[in-house]
Amino acid sequence: MKSDARSTADGSNGAIEPAATIRRVAEINVNGADVAVEIDSRKPLLWVLRDDLGLTGSHYGCGEGQCGACTVLVDGTPRRSCITSVGDVAGRVVTTIEGLAPNGRLHPLQQAFLREDALQCGYCTSGMIMSGAALLRRNPSPSRGEIVRRMEGIVCRCGVYNRIVAAIQSVAETPPEDDQ
Amino acid sequence: MAAPGMEPERYELDERPAHVFALDRRELFRVLGGGVAIALVLRGDAHAQESGRGRRGNQMPRQVAAWLHIDAAGAVTVYTGKVEVGQNIRTSLTQAVCEELRVPTEDVELVMGDTDRVPYDRGTFGSLTTPVMSSHLRKVAAAARTTLLGLAAERLSVDATTLEVSAGRISHRASGRSLGLGEIAAGRELLRTVLDDEPVADAAQWTVSGTSAPKVDGAAFVTGQHDYPSDVTLPNMFHGKVLRPAAFNATLASIDLSAARALADVTVAHDGDFVGVAAPTLDAAEAALASIDAEWSSPQQPDDRHLFDYLRTHVIEEPQEGGFGRTRSEVAGALERGFEAAAVTVQASYEVAYIQHIPLEPRAAVASWDDDRLTVHTGTQRPFGVRAELAEIFRLAEERVRVIMPDTGSGYGGKHTGEAAVEAARLARAAGRPVRVVWTREEEFTWAYFRPAGVIDVRAAAKADGALTAWEFHNYNSGSSAIGTPYEVANRGVHFHRTDYPLRQGSYRGLAATANVFARETAVDELADALGIDPLQIRLRNLGVGRLRDVLVAATDAFGWAGRAKTRGRGAGIGIGTEKGGYVACCAEVEVSSGGEVRILRATQAFECGAIVNPMQLRSQIEGGLVQGIGGALFEAVRFENGRILNPRLSDYRVPRFSDVPEIQTVLVDRPDLPSAGAGETPIVGIAPAVGNAIFDATGVRLRALPLVPNGLPKRA
Repeated sequence: MKSDARSTADGSNGAIEPAATIRRVAEINVNGADVAVEIDSRKPLLWVLRDDLGLTGSHYGCGEGQCGACTVLVDGTPRRSCITSVGDVAGRVVTTIEGLAPNGRLHPLQQAFLREDALQCGYCTSGMIMSGAALLRRNPSPSRGEIVRRMEGIVCRCGVYNRIVAAIQSVAETPPEDDQ
Repeated sequence: MAAPGMEPERYELDERPAHVFALDRRELFRVLGGGVAIALVLRGDAHAQESGRGRRGNQMPRQVAAWLHIDAAGAVTVYTGKVEVGQNIRTSLTQAVCEELRVPTEDVELVMGDTDRVPYDRGTFGSLTTPVMSSHLRKVAAAARTTLLGLAAERLSVDATTLEVSAGRISHRASGRSLGLGEIAAGRELLRTVLDDEPVADAAQWTVSGTSAPKVDGAAFVTGQHDYPSDVTLPNMFHGKVLRPAAFNATLASIDLSAARALADVTVAHDGDFVGVAAPTLDAAEAALASIDAEWSSPQQPDDRHLFDYLRTHVIEEPQEGGFGRTRSEVAGALERGFEAAAVTVQASYEVAYIQHIPLEPRAAVASWDDDRLTVHTGTQRPFGVRAELAEIFRLAEERVRVIMPDTGSGYGGKHTGEAAVEAARLARAAGRPVRVVWTREEEFTWAYFRPAGVIDVRAAAKADGALTAWEFHNYNSGSSAIGTPYEVANRGVHFHRTDYPLRQGSYRGLAATANVFARETAVDELADALGIDPLQIRLRNLGVGRLRDVLVAATDAFGWAGRAKTRGRGAGIGIGTEKGGYVACCAEVEVSSGGEVRILRATQAFECGAIVNPMQLRSQIEGGLVQGIGGALFEAVRFENGRILNPRLSDYRVPRFSDVPEIQTVLVDRPDLPSAGAGETPIVGIAPAVGNAIFDATGVRLRALPLVPNGLPKRA
């Protein structure tokens, strides 16, 4: 039985269309800093972040863009870094969970996750927070229906979904009447 | 190994080691160092440990010092063999200690699951942490507090009864003098024996337990700073990959490792049917693995289309040698008389598919050897069990093996075994440096174990007023958890039948209760329908006064069962159960579209497990169990054929997502007068029958298989 592999409204289920073919990548911008690297452009961004740059806050869950544990922002848009090649982010700005609260002060959404107990094992949390933060930047007052549609691509096996929605809603401005 | 009294469906605990390494003799001596001292860990010994009859015994160490230490600055360290996999016992155990020791939660750190540093523990499963470890640590902390009070009284030359303990300090109000706990303890070992009846506060007096304390170390998780097992990195570490057989039960027919061996910096390990590589980068390890040419031969094996026939026709009649009461039977009264006395009899068979835990973090381990000592960081619910596994396979004394268990990206009963630890250790030995092995999702789907499938035959009968007169229940393969009926019926025959099984299977959240409660609660609903009785009324008719009845009433009241409107295309259903000291009642409302698509609109779940230790986190467990249960209820199923898993990836195996989760109303029933029980499992058992019964209420279609609607409602013939 085939599950429906959902594609979220912001297209965050797939990799970016490649720009010009780049063989080796010499530099990428991660969390506000230009970082020199020496990597095959086809290498998935997730492994560049985790193994080459030591940024282990983005996680491996499935390797096929179906679980969202690897979600980072590329120019502010959520992308599944396990199926995004590092060549495709050259010249763009990559933000990971480590870059969300650069001065040590928790982002309001991070605080909300703690307050609402919106995590159990926490393995999906980085992906959830990055997607949630991007959602709120794009729409400061999302309805529950919109949150569900935009976050659909990220799996929480511990089943914390309703509290994640509550956490996002708690930092949103007054949401409109629910359009569910 | 499964121990007496342990559920028979914990098959993973009774397996032979996956690998029998030849262990090159030179490697063996190099690893062990001079003066070889090999302690053979026999299977019997490992079993003895599980059952508690081994060297460590099943008694927890009696000295406070084994469990709790206070340094000169007042920092409290607590040692426990229980581990954190998302159920937040790190927080609730901290609360228990702080309740009795009267220190702020920030002053307490738990060391969990480091086998070198904590007392032996059988494993974190069975919903046992709260009733056993939590109550034990309360006593430990209380014993520490009274010891420190005594020491302070001596120091201050006053009577201990004139002293108060609060916020980490002991004060003598009359003179205004006070001492910090750290000053009093001064880092010494607290050699006080913990009493079995050590006085501790009643739940009604709690000020720390019973509150919604936030997740300890939560900030590390929301910032990506926490190191999961798959994040652990050691200096000079290589990445390991293991060659997987083409099918289950395969043997290596031929192998060509020449290309892999020719690669620079790649170590190849070939030991029997174990083949693995280690390389400086994950890319290089994957490339090395891909270069290997291997042929496997495997026997013909069953497929999922014939699974339930297979289970029925492969019943194991003889008790397994070395087994412990594997067959669970309960017989009471006179069944046939009960059937004769009935107004209606329902006879039905229920089928439950294999499903997988899918912990979001797959198995991961980092192993390193230091002369004859092996250290492995790994995510497992049984660090001491994995230690025994490693000791046995590598022929080491257990004291030479250390397992460290970082808070892990979930388990749900699926991480009781140490495959990745064994693989990483074997590769680390071959490479002469630390090696990290992280399983892919496909590997986690295929090479771990599954919740057992099952066939359940029920024959049940009742009088016209709904009173049960006979209850006959046969479970094939899935297990005996919750196999007994909580309903009052004098004539009962309940049996668990072991069968041969086609896939590796073992523990799962709730074990066989997920199957048995589905079958039972559906059968009761079928009786209600046959009699024209409301599903709530038939349950009340057969439940005595007690905790299960209380949650049933609480759930149906909150749900609005009695006054519910009958809307076309919508229906409501009930599922209740009790296991391991937890009591759950679930009501679900579904909507079934004209196209047969089923949507759960709302669910109400009432749960009671004695005195609540953390309301907010209890809610998380109750909702989490329900949400995970939606998967097993509606659409999860492992497909397999001839020793291969056909859908070992998330794009082919559907799990509950945001849009699958209904509005959930959780009713916490607090019983501060009763001992606290666990909540990790029982909340998963009610949703499947509640939804199945709701679908019947909505459509008149009775579904007797899990998953209920993997492709929507079956079209009527």
